[in-house]
Amino acid sequence: MSLLNLTAVELGKKIKASEVSVTEAAMAAFEEIEKKEEKVNSFVTVEKEKALKRAEEVQKGIADGIYTGPLAGVPVAVKDNMCTEGTLTTCSSKILSNFVPTYSSEAVLNLLDAGAVIVGKTNMDEFAMGSTTETSYYGATKNPWNTEHVPGGSSGGSCAAVAAEECFYALGSDTGGSIRQPSSFCGVTGLKPTYGTVSRYGLIAYGSSLDQIGPVAKDVTDCATILEIIASYDKKDSTSVKREDYDFTSALTDDVKGLKIGIPRDYFGEGLDAEVKEKVLAAAKVLEDKGAAVEEFDLSLVEYAIPAYYVIACAEASSNLARFDGVKYGYRTEDYQGLHNMYKKSRSEGFGAEVKRRIMLGSFVLSSGYYDAYYLKALRTKALIKQAFDKAFEKYDVILGPAAPTTAPKLGESLDDPIQMYLGDIYTISANLAGLPGISVPCGLDKNGLPVGLQLIGNCFEEKKIIRAAYAYEQTREFTHSPLTE
Amino acid sequence: MKQYETVIGLEVHVELATKTKIFCGCSTAFGGAENSHTCPVCTGMPGSLPVLNKKVVEYAVAVGLATNCTITQNCKFDRKNYFYPDNPQNYQISQLYLPICRNGGIEIETEEGGKKTVGIHEIHMEEDAGKLVHDEYGENSLVDFNRSGVPLIEIVSEPDMRSAEEVIAYLEKLRLIIQYLGASDCKLQEGSMRADVNLSIREVGTEEFGTRTEMKNLNSFKAIARAIEGERERQIDLLEAGEKVVQETRRWDDAKEYSYAMRSKEDAQDYRYFPEPDLVPVIISDEWLKEIKERQPELRTEKLERYKREFQIPDYDAGIITSNKHLADIFEETTAICNNPKKVSNWLMVETMRLLKEHEMEVEEIKFSPENLAKLIKLTDENQINSSVAKEVFEKIFDEDIDPEQYVEENGLRTVSDDGALRSTIEKVIAENPKSVEDYKSGKKKAIGFLVGQTMKAMQGKADPGMVNKILTELLQ
Repeated sequence: MSLLNLTAVELGKKIKASEVSVTEAAMAAFEEIEKKEEKVNSFVTVEKEKALKRAEEVQKGIADGIYTGPLAGVPVAVKDNMCTEGTLTTCSSKILSNFVPTYSSEAVLNLLDAGAVIVGKTNMDEFAMGSTTETSYYGATKNPWNTEHVPGGSSGGSCAAVAAEECFYALGSDTGGSIRQPSSFCGVTGLKPTYGTVSRYGLIAYGSSLDQIGPVAKDVTDCATILEIIASYDKKDSTSVKREDYDFTSALTDDVKGLKIGIPRDYFGEGLDAEVKEKVLAAAKVLEDKGAAVEEFDLSLVEYAIPAYYVIACAEASSNLARFDGVKYGYRTEDYQGLHNMYKKSRSEGFGAEVKRRIMLGSFVLSSGYYDAYYLKALRTKALIKQAFDKAFEKYDVILGPAAPTTAPKLGESLDDPIQMYLGDIYTISANLAGLPGISVPCGLDKNGLPVGLQLIGNCFEEKKIIRAAYAYEQTREFTHSPLTE
Repeated sequence: MKQYETVIGLEVHVELATKTKIFCGCSTAFGGAENSHTCPVCTGMPGSLPVLNKKVVEYAVAVGLATNCTITQNCKFDRKNYFYPDNPQNYQISQLYLPICRNGGIEIETEEGGKKTVGIHEIHMEEDAGKLVHDEYGENSLVDFNRSGVPLIEIVSEPDMRSAEEVIAYLEKLRLIIQYLGASDCKLQEGSMRADVNLSIREVGTEEFGTRTEMKNLNSFKAIARAIEGERERQIDLLEAGEKVVQETRRWDDAKEYSYAMRSKEDAQDYRYFPEPDLVPVIISDEWLKEIKERQPELRTEKLERYKREFQIPDYDAGIITSNKHLADIFEETTAICNNPKKVSNWLMVETMRLLKEHEMEVEEIKFSPENLAKLIKLTDENQINSSVAKEVFEKIFDEDIDPEQYVEENGLRTVSDDGALRSTIEKVIAENPKSVEDYKSGKKKAIGFLVGQTMKAMQGKADPGMVNKILTELLQ
């Protein structure tokens, strides 16, 4: 058995008990990375030397009582849209292919304060735009369960790295489902916290009003533990929220008695794969058997979530990505005549097709004469969707549904039909529009052996309820490892 | 020729006097090595986020209150999107939909001596851009981001002004208000106050506005006045020739006294404004607003009245002294030390004004300390130095801010009040100038002036002229 079969919390305990050294843990991760990277391509950057040096420091820090947390010394991978001081941070884009930040994102600083050892930066859809990790400038990441399939996206690298057991846990980011959907496809557990819980400082923005950083892990216990480490109020992020409570692990109790779970009928209609439906409803039954009150209801407005999301996210992205112009950092075209030509060529050559599509879409919906018809209408829709959830949470503690309509598609099937790809976000994006926390937990495999994810959505600041439900469900399933880990 | 009326509205940008930038902790100090006052936020690095400097809100509200605006207690920032290398994010954080102040106005005096209100449409907060530095060969451009993120307010007037004189009166009034609030030093030359002029003309008697142009690059009040005249004439010439005024932005070249078209409305950019998602709405609570109101300093009108009442100085003097915040500050600080407002006022009104004119300096450039002026006044009050020595010493104070007590001591300028020494010098002067003595005695009383002069010369100017006169008269009896 490999050390990498352990969960992050299990490894943390062994390190604390001096059964495993921090260096041994890091070396074990690099061994797995060296073995599997060729097949999976989870990483853009692997930093072995730096990580091994850090491992020694952390070991000393543990001995000195500086690092006392549950994950001190545990190797982690970070999505490549989070700035890491002195380490290449590319957003999987050519335009940032030479960008080395002089600062680290707040979430990464929180990890380091807890004694984490960062093994590398994970692959993603370029600027987090995509649902397959195929839009990366550094090549597609493959699904560890079947390398002919995509891992999902945009945090596909983080989810695949955890599923392939190349590291113990990872950080992802979720703008429209980018943690939950690839977690579902890769059979790992991923949580998107309430908007404002984890600082966005140093996270290279896609859709600022929707982006949230969150954990990707092997189980719910790890997720709750990681969230306690990365969640913080940060004055550097004006949208950061000072929460009343940063405790998430106390919800790790196998008890859902009296928990009210709502199942939106709207999430089980046309477009949902029959096997996915069956697995998700079976999971609901498990929770009901454990004492939860499960009930179907009509959420409404679900069909408007996708257009509203793509208008808002693309509008913000068109502005957020304007700074990548070849002037200050990043890629600049070789030959150019004058300023405008430099801008045009640098951006045309530096961005991939999907990013360009969304920049154009976003620029269009913000342009004079269209702003009211598109952007403002999308904002109103967003407010209505939030209201629909508020109403639902008056009645239910948790909303249960699938994380994605299907299991992971084959590589190359999605990009030709972007509309179809966008429709695949239907169950996840509402949580972003309404700022809600959501978790995806593996709930079985389809007939092709690909994982299915169960999604649980909670009200704002009620991560504990979804953690409780997810943890209780998790106790009933056999833990399965992806074939690549055997 | 037809009679034309000029219609002018102004967009005034003012750099606020905060110590740090609007969205980060970098210094706003002018100068400094290139890119030394920068951080990831004000250089638009990926992942950096803005955090609003509350002092900016307070200054903007203070200016809004002083210009009779309504304060938007729930205001928001928006992004203005455009590409330019001095703009590191390629968007400027500004306010479009909910500016912080609206619907105000200030009263100005017109040429005819009447009063008139110039409306203020809105005041909004925004960030300044960096500065491009071009190399001497015109091949490369570099960017200095020290100014990037320096807080600005933009004060947008209604098109209520009708002449260059009204524009200058409005700007002077606005500048004085802002200086009094301490919100900015408002230096046009250094760019801490910048005015863009929107101008159109219409036939006298018509209601409808003509097509306007926007004039930029106006670095002094004189340039503004010349640009208004120039643009008015240019537009009249166009209309008289049967042509049309094109809506465009023009750049004034003050050396050539001519403006050039920069861009027309057709190629005007679509800024794709939308609410800034990285900032939360700015909520100005009733309590906060009250606090800012209570902290509002005394403005010019109130100060003027108080000076007349409290210090009994003439209207004219009070008017001049309060016309500039810096001058008023010197006046008050000096008076607080020496408790002699009339003398302080005299030094400021006469000698200070004379030296400013002689050195072609602005009032802001006065650098002497109130302490030294107060000491000088004390020296003259105690007759330790005479008035001509005092003037000489004041020039030194004005130029180098010397300590007058020390200077008088070191240079032996103290008035000789030793009766014996003075008496013997005068006796000597009388003995050496029998002709003048004779003239005086024969009734030419003016001759005493020459003898006083000779005595002062012999005393190297250090005698008290009153005393010289007294002893001379006595001895000549």
